[in-house]
Amino acid sequence: MTIQAERAADDMSDAAANARTGAPLAAEELNGDPYGAGDEAAGGRVFTITGGDWDEIADSLGEAPEERIVVNMGPQHPSTHGVLRLILELEGETVTETRVGIGYLHTGIEKNLEFRNWTQGSTFVTRMDYLTPFFQEVAYCLSVEKLLGIEEQVPDRASVIRVMLMELNRISSHLVCIATGGMEMGALSAMIFGFRERELVLDIFEMITGLRMNHAYVRPGGLAQDLPPGAVDKVREFLALMPKRMKDIEALCNENAIFKGRTEGVGYLDLTGCMALGITGPILRATGLPHDLRKAQPYCGYENYDFDVCTWDTCDAYGRYRLRMDEMRESLKIVEQCLDKLKPGPVMVEDKKIAWPAQLALGGDGMGNSLDHIRHIMGESMEALIHHFKLVTEGFHVPAGQVYVAVESAKGELGCHAVSDGGTRPYRVHFRDPSFNNLQATAAMCEGSMVADVIVAVASIDPVMGGVDR
Amino acid sequence: MSGEESRPSAGSAGAVSASGEIEQPKSQPLAVQEAEIVAVRRGMFPTAGGGSDTSGYGRLVRKIELPGQSPRPYGGYFDEVENELFGALDEQGLAPELAIERVVVHRGQITFQVRREHWVQVARTLRDDPALRFELCLGVSGVHFLHETGRELHVLVPLMSVTHNRRIQLETTCPDSDPHLPSLYGVYPAVDWHERETWDMFGIVFDGHPSLTRILMPDDWPGHPQRKDYPLGGIPVEFKGAQIPAPDQRRAYQ
Repeated sequence: MTIQAERAADDMSDAAANARTGAPLAAEELNGDPYGAGDEAAGGRVFTITGGDWDEIADSLGEAPEERIVVNMGPQHPSTHGVLRLILELEGETVTETRVGIGYLHTGIEKNLEFRNWTQGSTFVTRMDYLTPFFQEVAYCLSVEKLLGIEEQVPDRASVIRVMLMELNRISSHLVCIATGGMEMGALSAMIFGFRERELVLDIFEMITGLRMNHAYVRPGGLAQDLPPGAVDKVREFLALMPKRMKDIEALCNENAIFKGRTEGVGYLDLTGCMALGITGPILRATGLPHDLRKAQPYCGYENYDFDVCTWDTCDAYGRYRLRMDEMRESLKIVEQCLDKLKPGPVMVEDKKIAWPAQLALGGDGMGNSLDHIRHIMGESMEALIHHFKLVTEGFHVPAGQVYVAVESAKGELGCHAVSDGGTRPYRVHFRDPSFNNLQATAAMCEGSMVADVIVAVASIDPVMGGVDR
Repeated sequence: MSGEESRPSAGSAGAVSASGEIEQPKSQPLAVQEAEIVAVRRGMFPTAGGGSDTSGYGRLVRKIELPGQSPRPYGGYFDEVENELFGALDEQGLAPELAIERVVVHRGQITFQVRREHWVQVARTLRDDPALRFELCLGVSGVHFLHETGRELHVLVPLMSVTHNRRIQLETTCPDSDPHLPSLYGVYPAVDWHERETWDMFGIVFDGHPSLTRILMPDDWPGHPQRKDYPLGGIPVEFKGAQIPAPDQRRAYQ
């Protein structure tokens, strides 16, 4: 663990002189960060600390230490969920000011989308928030379908599978949140349980889509392919097993004195704060407001499922944990209903100008275009070959216009603003990622609390930097 | 006006037009379905000025049109929102036709195109009016229409009313030559990072934002990457003797 602490010094030349004589400082502190900008740029004395005891560092400051310390936590800190950088100003151990630095994982996904056709967009958006890939895929595909005006033509089976995958994804995302959040507090058993259970969900994803994450399985107009044989049974096994496994986590955490001591009253953000900061998802519902887009503005046929919107009323990290556990139960309910609703049928729109021409099939050399289709385009129909070529290389045209489509991701409202200029590639796609927005609440949740509570508060926001930075 | 078109609409729409209490917005000088032309393209390929377009469609001229002002009634709750908003603006002494450029209903969503001078006032009205109550602001999304002279930069702000369970979008524009918009930070603190991102990506200056700094790109980054005239910086790659140009220079079908 590396913490870089800088001490605010009024007299910078004094600080520099101190550093040169180096009287009270250990050698590693003197060397500093070779990539850092130097003491002058930081505006104070800079210490680079790798492990060790905080008291020794405090002692090394010598007499009359400054009260105000700026701690630069991250971007490579294990408790910051990836590459989040927290800049904390401390008085003793109390946080007086929090600033958040993001952008370390910016990969330009939105720009990249503009240079690929609409179908290929699916494979980009799935990589944004890598813990909730299906939500991005569905939000993106719903927006493309809305621009095309084909929402009504998407087959029921495709919608049911989308809902099932989204709810399984909600479970896996919440499990990671609870697991990593627990780990950061030292509850390593919660971490092991959480990741073990998540593995069950990822196994299902792997069976259905071929990949554990970054699926690109949901495509504009439907799905890339149908469920493989045995998928329904595997999901049923999971549904039977998961409630027992959830009881393990709950027995471990719900009434655990240490867990409650670390989370209760920590990361407090009430309804007013949530509304002002545009916070949605579990953080908002933990304030008691039952706002869930699945109920309020259903999409993908959510109005046909029987489930409750869970709420909690403590506005703190503990409430968010309990809420996530409750939501996982509701998700299991929805997945079960999905299995009952699954009726045989197509998983892609009828329109051959939009639907991908080939269905995938397993051949001797792995997954690829089905041999029937290859035979058709290579041996039987020149028209089919032309059609295949045009659709795969150019893609389909989407009428000019713009839409904003939102789905209830595991972390809050995930919005997709898609703009088309009538071409075969997106003119602009913007994702309103819930983590990006919710991270704005860090300062409101952390200021005035202890340093250790910052970790808990950030974990309860459940940010994923892939989604934040995109 | 063409308010009597047979469109599927909820009961509120007819009642509002019949009540006649807010008649003045109806007289605003807007041509119905006056499309917004964002670009005019020639040929089938972006670089089709010279000889690269061998498709035979080199002289084809296409206008890229975004949907324009929609005919009333819009259907659903849209008419009620519009009437309430126009009424509330009128009460504040602001003529709605001055503030709202057009109202676009497209694919079941309503977008109010607001003139930037009245951007904040319209947002504040939407948030505070008891009949509107759009409490949740869901971000800021920029779009760069390189060829729409005088209105190159668009900004879309989705709003949601949890109270009434309604959703609308606000849109405004500013020219490349004067990329300034008033910040909504005072109305919706939630737009803090979203406006920083839009500044970072499009170079739109949100006046009144407390700390408009780059957020995703490094602080010393030159340029604004999501703009359409931003060079990608790719280099041509030679493969078996042939040059393959960078992605933004490549001939691609539109």
